Amino acid sequence: MERNLMKGNEALAEAAIRAGCKCFFGYPITPQTEISAYMAKRMPKVGGVFLQAESEVAAINMVYGCASSGVRCMTSSSSPGISLKSEGVSYMAGSDLPCVIVNVMRGGPGLGGIQPSQSDYWQATRALGHGDFQILVFAPSTVQEMADYMEKAFDLADKYRMPAMILADGLLGQMMEPVTFRSDEIRHPDPADKPWATNGHGNKRKHNIVNSLYLQAEELEELVVQRFKRYEIVKSELHEAECYRTEDADIVVAAYGSVARLAKSAVDSARDAGIKAGLVRPITLWPFPEQEVKAACKNAKRVLCVEMSMGQMIEDVKLALDCRLPVDFYGRTGGVIPKPSAILEQIKILNEKGAE
Amino acid sequence: MTTETIFAGFGGQGVLFAGKLLAYLGLNQDKQVSWLPSYGPEMRGGTANCSVCLSDSPIGSPYVTEPDVLIAMNGPSYDKFIESVKPGGIAIIDSTLVTKECTRTDIHSFRIPSTALAAEHGLPGMANIILVGKLLKETGIAVIDAVRPTLEKLIPPKKANLIEANMKALAIGMAL
Amino acid sequence: MPEFRKPHALTDVPFHYCPGCTHGIVHRLVAEVIDEMGIEGDTIGICPVGCSVMAYDYFNCDMIEAAHGRAPAVATGVKRGNPDKFVFTYQGDGDLAAIGTAETVHAATRGENITVIFINNTTYGMTGGQMAPTTLPGQVTQTTPYGRNPEVEGYPVRVCEMLATLSGVALAERVTVTDPANIRKAKAAIRKGFEFQKNKQGFSIIEVLSTCPTNWGMSPVEALSWLKENMVPYYPLGVFKEGAVR
Repeated sequence: MERNLMKGNEALAEAAIRAGCKCFFGYPITPQTEISAYMAKRMPKVGGVFLQAESEVAAINMVYGCASSGVRCMTSSSSPGISLKSEGVSYMAGSDLPCVIVNVMRGGPGLGGIQPSQSDYWQATRALGHGDFQILVFAPSTVQEMADYMEKAFDLADKYRMPAMILADGLLGQMMEPVTFRSDEIRHPDPADKPWATNGHGNKRKHNIVNSLYLQAEELEELVVQRFKRYEIVKSELHEAECYRTEDADIVVAAYGSVARLAKSAVDSARDAGIKAGLVRPITLWPFPEQEVKAACKNAKRVLCVEMSMGQMIEDVKLALDCRLPVDFYGRTGGVIPKPSAILEQIKILNEKGAE
Repeated sequence: MTTETIFAGFGGQGVLFAGKLLAYLGLNQDKQVSWLPSYGPEMRGGTANCSVCLSDSPIGSPYVTEPDVLIAMNGPSYDKFIESVKPGGIAIIDSTLVTKECTRTDIHSFRIPSTALAAEHGLPGMANIILVGKLLKETGIAVIDAVRPTLEKLIPPKKANLIEANMKALAIGMAL
Repeated sequence: MPEFRKPHALTDVPFHYCPGCTHGIVHRLVAEVIDEMGIEGDTIGICPVGCSVMAYDYFNCDMIEAAHGRAPAVATGVKRGNPDKFVFTYQGDGDLAAIGTAETVHAATRGENITVIFINNTTYGMTGGQMAPTTLPGQVTQTTPYGRNPEVEGYPVRVCEMLATLSGVALAERVTVTDPANIRKAKAAIRKGFEFQKNKQGFSIIEVLSTCPTNWGMSPVEALSWLKENMVPYYPLGVFKEGAVR
């Protein structure tokens, strides 16, 4: 297969089309606008739909309608825009609808900045809208993974009937790397796989209703409880992480997405300096790969969580380790990218400290 | 073996394109490559830069902080990056626009009046490519014959007339 | 002798609407049009948030419940993914002309090929009678206890007149259901909207002046009179735009 040099944003868009995404609804915002631009160019040529919505709120509600009708569809945005979409995400979760949402994160809060950030981890994994619910969250760290996990996100969103998010950042969205697509073919998912879809009953079945309103408290409770039982199945089936040189590592760095690459460079430098360092990189952020993180840290004396935020994933790392190991934090925020040399410095400091 | 390069200059000088050319040259040699641009208001007239990594093994950080090679096309970029070049590394400087002499003695620096050369040879806007020619000569990353197919891939067909101009600019750089 | 039957496009679920509320009439008119056009199997309806929030239980076609004000965006998503299906929204004044103004205006200006049924009863019925964007000057509501004062609360929105200025709108018509003659006209307008959609002519909106006896504090008959005497002068009935866009 051909290696294409593409921006992360473009790879996401092309992979979505090949995964059978038929409709894209978006609104321009830096640093993800290449996704819209690519879709605007490509979608009409493959019989798909690109529509620039009047707002982020409208875009996610268009996705809600389109997904209700059983069509594979998506939207993408960056941090401030994702906040606006939270209404629609909650409704989709409450109506058990699949879709893919891309967040190419930038610095916040508020209007923040436009440089890369990871400060929406909590939003993605904890509270992308009101109510009791979760969404699938994937954190690619290469342009190739942007393509691979986009396809996977569509498949798993359909399988579990829940929204899935690709949580990337400005660095991954803007950088170019070689990417190879699994196939040149555009997939056409079978509409019969979605018997719940509101796409016209054709006088062949009872009418379908897509809805999240339940005025009887007990009825709503029961639905939410059932949904959480499904989440338990998701948790048991879906948990991915990459472990790099962790087998004998004294110091394990935990990082995801683009930061994991910076951390990997730091880990290599640490090894060159004689420090037994390793990296564990969660790929699924919800469900969080607890077992993988625990296993990666089995011989560790200390753990260093590195993020482009003030420290959000660190809570999941501590929980995965049952707080049995000291977990330190190093992060830059506001759009500042941590230098591998600075991460190396932290590794050296922790190595000096040794076990607690 | 990994070569990390920073291209930096004003928006509009073609530093992002020069970086892309290098990345595509690496791609065509089946190397691992990454190209990371600065983005935002910088694209609209301010300073722009990009990091390019070429490697035989998977690339960790695509964000270059200590380049093996620096191409600096204006004063602010030179000031920003010259101290970060690795000892033993290479700095290729557009001396038409960077007036300061390079004082670092632990790197190989080349002052090339590429903007003036481009104008002289009737190649406006090709100062960046002249500097890429010099980069190829000093690093041996690619021979000139390998560049044409890469340019053909990178330049859209409706601008195919630019391929010859690019080749000419490269040759100027490689001859220096 | 024709028999008076419930339209097939309505389910057997009893309406929850208050006595004298005109939602029931409008539901029936929409269902009759769906029956007469034979499109129940190809129609997807979008419900609002408001009194008609549970309309998904009443229509026999596929139904989607939208977030407050987002029905035109949801309808856009359905229609773009399924251009050969019929898509209608059923929305109240708060939903369509306050929280959902942006979605309404932009679906209209895009010429989105959908039909919007707009119930204007000058009040938020579901939450107990607060001021709506269409509440008349001087009208007393829970949140305008001294009457709507335009100097404080501004002026009511004339939705059809506003949307009629947009190029994407194929039909903007205001009707009411106060008496049999007007009910027949309302049905004809709804039919026209669906026909326009069938012919892919663009966005159609049928505004139905409606009553809310409960929140207006009137008997159903008094409410009908109040509508005719107060609403019709401010919101004149008629066609504000009609013509093929595409």
